[in-house]
Amino acid sequence: MSDQQKPRGKGKGKSSGKGAPQREAEATDTESPSGDVREDSATASASSTDATAVEATAPEPEGSGGSTEPASSDEQAPRAQSVLREILESSTLVVIMAILASLAIGGLLIVFADEAVREASAYFFSRPGDTFSAMADALGAAYSAMFQGAVLNVDATTFAGMIKPFTQTLTMATPLIFAGLGLGIGFRAGLFNIGAQGQLLIGATLGAYVGFAWHLPWGIHLIVAVLGCALGGAIWGFIPGFLKARTGAHEVIVTIMLNYIALNLVSWLLTLDTFQREGSDNPITPVVDETAQYPLILGSGFNLHLGFLLALACAWGVWWLMERSTLGFEFRAVGANPHAARTAGMSVSKAYILVMVIAGALAGLAGSAQVLGTEKVLTTATAGSLGFDAITVALLGRSRPLGTVMAAILFGGLRASGPTLQVQAGLPVDIIFVIQALIVLFIAAPPLVRSMFRLPAPAHEKEVAA
Amino acid sequence: MSTTAVDAPAAPGSSAPRGPQRTKSWRATIGLGVVALLSLLVFGLGTPTGVETTFRVATSTDFIQLPSLTVPAKAAAVTLSLLALALVGFVAYRANQYRKVGIWLPIVFGMAVMGALLTWAGADRSGTTIQLTGLLTSALFLSVPLVFGSLAGTLCERSGIINIAIEGQLLAGAFLAALIASMVGNAYVGLIAAPIAGALVGWLLAVFSTKYWVNQIVVGVVLNLLVLGLTSFFFSTLMSDNPELNQPLNMPDIAIPLLSGIPVIGPVLFDQNLLVYIMYAAVVVIQIMLFRSRWGLRVRAVGEHPKAADTVGIKVNRTRVRNTVLGGAVAGLGGAFFTVASGLAFGKDMSAGKGYIALAAMILGRWSPKGALAAALLFGFADALQQQLGIIGSDIPSQFLLMTPYLATIFAVAGLVGHSRPPAAEGTPYKK
Repeated sequence: MSDQQKPRGKGKGKSSGKGAPQREAEATDTESPSGDVREDSATASASSTDATAVEATAPEPEGSGGSTEPASSDEQAPRAQSVLREILESSTLVVIMAILASLAIGGLLIVFADEAVREASAYFFSRPGDTFSAMADALGAAYSAMFQGAVLNVDATTFAGMIKPFTQTLTMATPLIFAGLGLGIGFRAGLFNIGAQGQLLIGATLGAYVGFAWHLPWGIHLIVAVLGCALGGAIWGFIPGFLKARTGAHEVIVTIMLNYIALNLVSWLLTLDTFQREGSDNPITPVVDETAQYPLILGSGFNLHLGFLLALACAWGVWWLMERSTLGFEFRAVGANPHAARTAGMSVSKAYILVMVIAGALAGLAGSAQVLGTEKVLTTATAGSLGFDAITVALLGRSRPLGTVMAAILFGGLRASGPTLQVQAGLPVDIIFVIQALIVLFIAAPPLVRSMFRLPAPAHEKEVAA
Repeated sequence: MSTTAVDAPAAPGSSAPRGPQRTKSWRATIGLGVVALLSLLVFGLGTPTGVETTFRVATSTDFIQLPSLTVPAKAAAVTLSLLALALVGFVAYRANQYRKVGIWLPIVFGMAVMGALLTWAGADRSGTTIQLTGLLTSALFLSVPLVFGSLAGTLCERSGIINIAIEGQLLAGAFLAALIASMVGNAYVGLIAAPIAGALVGWLLAVFSTKYWVNQIVVGVVLNLLVLGLTSFFFSTLMSDNPELNQPLNMPDIAIPLLSGIPVIGPVLFDQNLLVYIMYAAVVVIQIMLFRSRWGLRVRAVGEHPKAADTVGIKVNRTRVRNTVLGGAVAGLGGAFFTVASGLAFGKDMSAGKGYIALAAMILGRWSPKGALAAALLFGFADALQQQLGIIGSDIPSQFLLMTPYLATIFAVAGLVGHSRPPAAEGTPYKK
């Protein structure tokens, strides 16, 4: 594609957001009916056909000055570029910058909401130093609380006490890994599944029911309960997949609606005696049997359970499925260009249904991390905001298994630091969600981050599939 | 769900010419038939014999005090269900002649089935009456955020931007309305502040989708999370530290003279607060503007075929940004419903998914303001019905009534009831 590049300076004169030459190249790519499904072209064109993809090369935002940039730099092949330039252009740097920017904006909020800062700013002009020291105090307290809650407890006396926050981070990351993996498969197959929330909840319901109502021997019980979770999620994922394949119903709408149906269904189930504790009328199930709980892998002092290892195994499985198996290739081909995939003899309907079933099963496993791992009971709040957080995880992880795991650990860390933030810095947990949303917003728009930090735009097309 | 049974008149410029071959469409017949049969079996035959249901229609302010209506429950429920079945027969007859039925049919059908449901639910409950007027009043009131939300969705999607952020816009509107109104001490100021907050969220959506070409669904979902996080954060810090910034303020109901005295209709339609009257105006204005004005034609052109629109000199991305900001403002105004228009202080996650129901109403209403109004009223009615049945103590679990809007939407998008088609260029960024 780089041979179609023209000097960038040409597009500069026009108003921002319009008319960069790259788009011509991309447009031909999108509209080409031939739709080659070679493996590389399938992924390369993913960004243009796949609705969830984000194009890394956008016209440079207006902030980057006039047409002073030498046009020749783009005409040359990117091989000649210096290492520094390559680093500056890498999407990893954008990710890091996006995280830093989000933390900084979160810091602004923390400062703004801090009582001491507001009090000191009342007499800002007589003693500005007070305001700044109050700001520094507030920020220091917040960021150190985040670090201590998510990574390392420096105050602890024992080694176990020190690493406990990090194991907590991994525990929190577990459901996000599962659900994020599922959503990632969907994104790469061109399906925007917002329904992880509902799939998780239905999976958790089935798994919890197996967990507390059936009494099976050790080992088998856990396996059956986990399979129950996966089955529940798969059923709930099958519905939008089937509807999409058969009637063309948009999966975004159907999955959003199914989230609410699942929530109402579960809240109704929780009014039934079968699901309630004996002698209680509260909408909460009995604790699942010990035989159905994930064993704790680091001993009873830590919450980290076997589900985390299962999640890592699933990440490997998803990698193998998407990168090494025929089925995964079909999924990606369908995501890149469904018409071409159909022409090449693949069944698009089958792919849609299978993708949704697998995504649903993985979301259901995320439910298992809740009901068989951390919470051990089912309530209507079991899903929390996990389903939506998983979307941000999958986006941040670029829908790749490794990226998803890393993103889940990052967001798991943010969630794990919530209680510490509340206790040590007196901040509501909601700041976490703000930071999380900001990170994804920035990641989704690399040109924005580049213009914020004055980073050069990459010289060649380098798509960042969501 | 019955409102979708007939095809709305195709919007000018929005649909490709139909092929010459005509097919008999039995979908409406089957869909309505199943509902009617269920109504007969559950409500008609499920009602015990020999008991009565009382409907109370009058309120104390009516000019003419209509007496309460007491009917023998079983006979009434069966009659209404049979009426519904007769209507299905008519639909089948028309379908056999390749003809469509008017919009009156699904409305009458819906009323018949709802009447059967209420008769069944109110039967054999001595002392309790069905408060018909109260039910309709709260249905209208509960549909206010849905109407504004779905109008916002219509405005955005007609120009080609998918607005999943309705939820966030509602919540932002609710938050800023409560904050500013509390600061000034006047609920009406909240009505000015709310659209600003919504417009801001809409602007973010517009910028990210037109300038950075980020997937619009992604931006929408993330913006919802962002607004939820931000408002909850300020609620837990700023507002809880300074309770005077978050007071419950009320907007009084304004009874329109004469009109509000009409039995049933009067108290329902003409004794509401200002936001509801703004809603009437918004529906009418947006309907006319979208389908009868030059501006509307351009907006729809941008949403259907941006390249063609660009060729004739319409600024595609500018139109989209403007519409999305405008839509955000409309949704933000709807957000004022939760705080100042309901007389409540702001609370965490107040909108509680209403934005997504509004999205559903927009789809069910086929991307037109009047359709959105009808669908939103239907959803509001389901909500009010659930509350009313909760009061009289019905056998239907409330969760199933709460589910109906979502199920109806799935049926609608799956094409089981009628056919809904979004604007063609929806969700694709326009790259010149």
